[in-house]
Amino acid sequence: MPKVTVDGIEVEVDASATVLQACELAGAEIPRFCYHERLSIAGNCRMCLVEVERAPKPVASCAQPVTDGMVVHTKTEKVKRAREGVMEFLLINHPLDCPICDQGGECDLQDQAMGYGIDNNRYVENKRAVEDKDMGPLIATTMTRCIHCTRCVRFITEVSGVAELGATGRGEDMEITTYLEKALTSELQGNVIDLCPVGALTSKPYAFTARPWELKKTETIDVMDAMGSNIRVDSRGREVMRVLPRVNEAINEEWISDKTRFIWDGLKTQRLDRPYVREDGKLRVATWDEAFAKIAEKVASTTPDKMAAIAGDLADVESMKALKDLMVSLGVTNLDCRQDGAKIGTGGRGSYIFNSGIEAIEESDALLVIGSNPRLEAPVLNARIRKQWTKGGFPIGVVGEDTDLTYPTDYLGAGTDTLKQIIDGSHPFARVMEVAENPMIIVGQGALTREDGEAVLTAIIAYAKSTGVIKDGWNGFNVLHTAAARVGGLDLGFLPGEEGRDTQAILDGAAAGAIDLVFLLGADEIETKSLGNAFVVYQGTHGDAGAHCADVILPGAAYTEKSGLYVNTEGRVQMAKRAAFPPGDAREDWAILRALSAKLGKALPYDSLRDLRAALYEDVPHFATLDDLTPVEVPQGSATGAMSATPFTNAIKDFYMTNPIARASKVMADCAALAKGTDKGATGTHG
Amino acid sequence: MSVRRLDPNQPDSFAFTPENIEWTKGQIAKYPEGRQASAVIPMLWQAQKQEGWVTEPAIEVIADMLGMAKIRVLEVATFYTMFNLSPVGKHFVQLCGTTPCWLRGADDLKAVCRKHIGDPSTVSDDGQLSWMEVECLGACSNAPMVQINDDYYEDLTAENFAQILEDLRAGREVKPGPQAARKGSEPLGKLTSLTTPITAEGAE
Repeated sequence: MPKVTVDGIEVEVDASATVLQACELAGAEIPRFCYHERLSIAGNCRMCLVEVERAPKPVASCAQPVTDGMVVHTKTEKVKRAREGVMEFLLINHPLDCPICDQGGECDLQDQAMGYGIDNNRYVENKRAVEDKDMGPLIATTMTRCIHCTRCVRFITEVSGVAELGATGRGEDMEITTYLEKALTSELQGNVIDLCPVGALTSKPYAFTARPWELKKTETIDVMDAMGSNIRVDSRGREVMRVLPRVNEAINEEWISDKTRFIWDGLKTQRLDRPYVREDGKLRVATWDEAFAKIAEKVASTTPDKMAAIAGDLADVESMKALKDLMVSLGVTNLDCRQDGAKIGTGGRGSYIFNSGIEAIEESDALLVIGSNPRLEAPVLNARIRKQWTKGGFPIGVVGEDTDLTYPTDYLGAGTDTLKQIIDGSHPFARVMEVAENPMIIVGQGALTREDGEAVLTAIIAYAKSTGVIKDGWNGFNVLHTAAARVGGLDLGFLPGEEGRDTQAILDGAAAGAIDLVFLLGADEIETKSLGNAFVVYQGTHGDAGAHCADVILPGAAYTEKSGLYVNTEGRVQMAKRAAFPPGDAREDWAILRALSAKLGKALPYDSLRDLRAALYEDVPHFATLDDLTPVEVPQGSATGAMSATPFTNAIKDFYMTNPIARASKVMADCAALAKGTDKGATGTHG
Repeated sequence: MSVRRLDPNQPDSFAFTPENIEWTKGQIAKYPEGRQASAVIPMLWQAQKQEGWVTEPAIEVIADMLGMAKIRVLEVATFYTMFNLSPVGKHFVQLCGTTPCWLRGADDLKAVCRKHIGDPSTVSDDGQLSWMEVECLGACSNAPMVQINDDYYEDLTAENFAQILEDLRAGREVKPGPQAARKGSEPLGKLTSLTTPITAEGAE
């Protein structure tokens, strides 16, 4: 490996490294605008100039490969003057409007002008003015501020895989724009706001609401999908102002989806901030005592086999634990955390998690996607698949719906018939999986929420074992979940007990009068019509489907308002932290259940979150392992039934409307309307 | 240079003529599989030859033909000034205004254009002529000069240039090349250098 000397420090770097990377390794700080380690190299901002011995001119270090024996200087007078010169050029056309710019305080250009610029400007002519572009409801543009680094263009093209941004014209007339100013359609477009080193692309919903230095920053976990993306929630007082990504190489690198980023306005609207009870068919505001008394009255008059509980998609492990313990103490066995009806959770932990881990997608060399649209179910994970695809030698087969995943795929077929052909080896793609060193299967909920879901799962597990997807040292059998709460609920065993009913059976039972009391822990994605005359207790955050049919509403805390454990699709346990307090009388969910249990005479044996977690860790030890993957046994299939020939349908139809917070968000509604418009366009009925 | 945008008035559709389809196939075939995008400049050029200018439907048709994102084709079309993004006259005059031509009277030619055609980048009422000023076209020894469609017209004066424009407008034949009494870029009048005959022994 080449040895490079940077400011007298000798470092050994990979032969493919650039001078900039070598400088960073040696601890030298190199200013930059266009260079980004996760994007291709553009080399157009010239800010990273360094002096290389025996080179006639300063060298753009981001675009210069290292050679053995290279001697680099980053602190010489020549480098300092070169940086000052570049900065002066950049500022020729950049408006000095920092006081009215949303990027102010977190602007690369502002910081680097302070660090590497000079104190005045010799340029007296008029500055260039550029028309602002409309890029949709998420990204606000002030294109006059653009310094043409093209990070946004490269991100949208390379990472998100939807080539919609470009640079038209040239020279000082170059403009970043979408084709004919159509709105961007990528589910990852919000990341260009973070990438933009100036205030040209800023967050439209967050525009002019806060300055970075007045925000409290809380490092927490996202629950919009089952990825468990690491996020930073910025709040001011009780209000969540915005959501930003945190770097976690194993999960989300440094990207988050638009739903994760722009959901926060949904945290402020449609909130349940006080308990409600239904009287004479109408919900009225009540006190906690009234609400609890009403539930206690109903519980006292109902036998355990007529009671049921369903946990929703955003529930934290602690509240599910408290609800399960309460139900078990009441003798209730009708429990389910799979409100989508997925037939999983019986074959051991390995049968329902993303075994290989998200990062291992980059070690894989063949992928079979079954009944899933990762672009909508986990956009950031989809970007990881795309990243592996761009490296080449990564054939991707899809069984299920034929959708645009932002990378080319082999569409194999719609349902189990194709799956059977792959399993018995008669399909050409079976050969691809066979010869691959690290083949991977991603099973979506679309394949598992069917009647024959268990049979499908069993068949896929058996195939995985036979074709090298599961073998010594590699387990590429992966289930992609859509709900942040699901794996936690399954780990906890929030499942029907002896002769208990699952979600569908609970709903059927309620419709038929066999279930009288249903406890919904934030469960809104069920057929609430089927709940019929059953007495419904809804504990949750938003006035959504569940609350509408409730007889008692207990206002809970959203994911930004409580400390809670979430297990992502990989089985990685992560802790969300409180960024703001729940509104009004709303309380943390486990505490509500603890208080309710006392009223029901079945007081739960923990009085603090710490005690609850201690009990949790005792029950399920792997919850104590935060942020890391715990080894999992090889999955076992459990079903014997046959697979039906119905095609797989994907779990997510409307990406922007998957949970109660999203449905309360105006920004998400705008995006959903726009996406529907695009769909219409795709059918050929547009202009 | 100025900001280049697509024309606000666009036709509804664009299609290459059958001959041009054949021609574009040949262009695409020049590049290896997966590199069809390399043919984008010849394709745009052929579309411009066919229509006189590059239209929005043409950009979309070419993007589809080459499997490119539309924005990528738009980037190319707006980058190169040789692509006209607005309609031009049947005879499109590109008038060199760079220093050698300017010293030799390009301003006079501009005045002729204004008088006989109108403002730059506007098509004359009869649709026959339009003009714009461009940078050096590389025929400085015959300055001042203009390019009309594919031909150079050199050694122009206000008089003979006005005559050319009127002849073109009337559909009369005009002679491309130097309008003065010389061939190519030979000196006017007699030779001023290399005047001695060259023999087998070399120059005398």
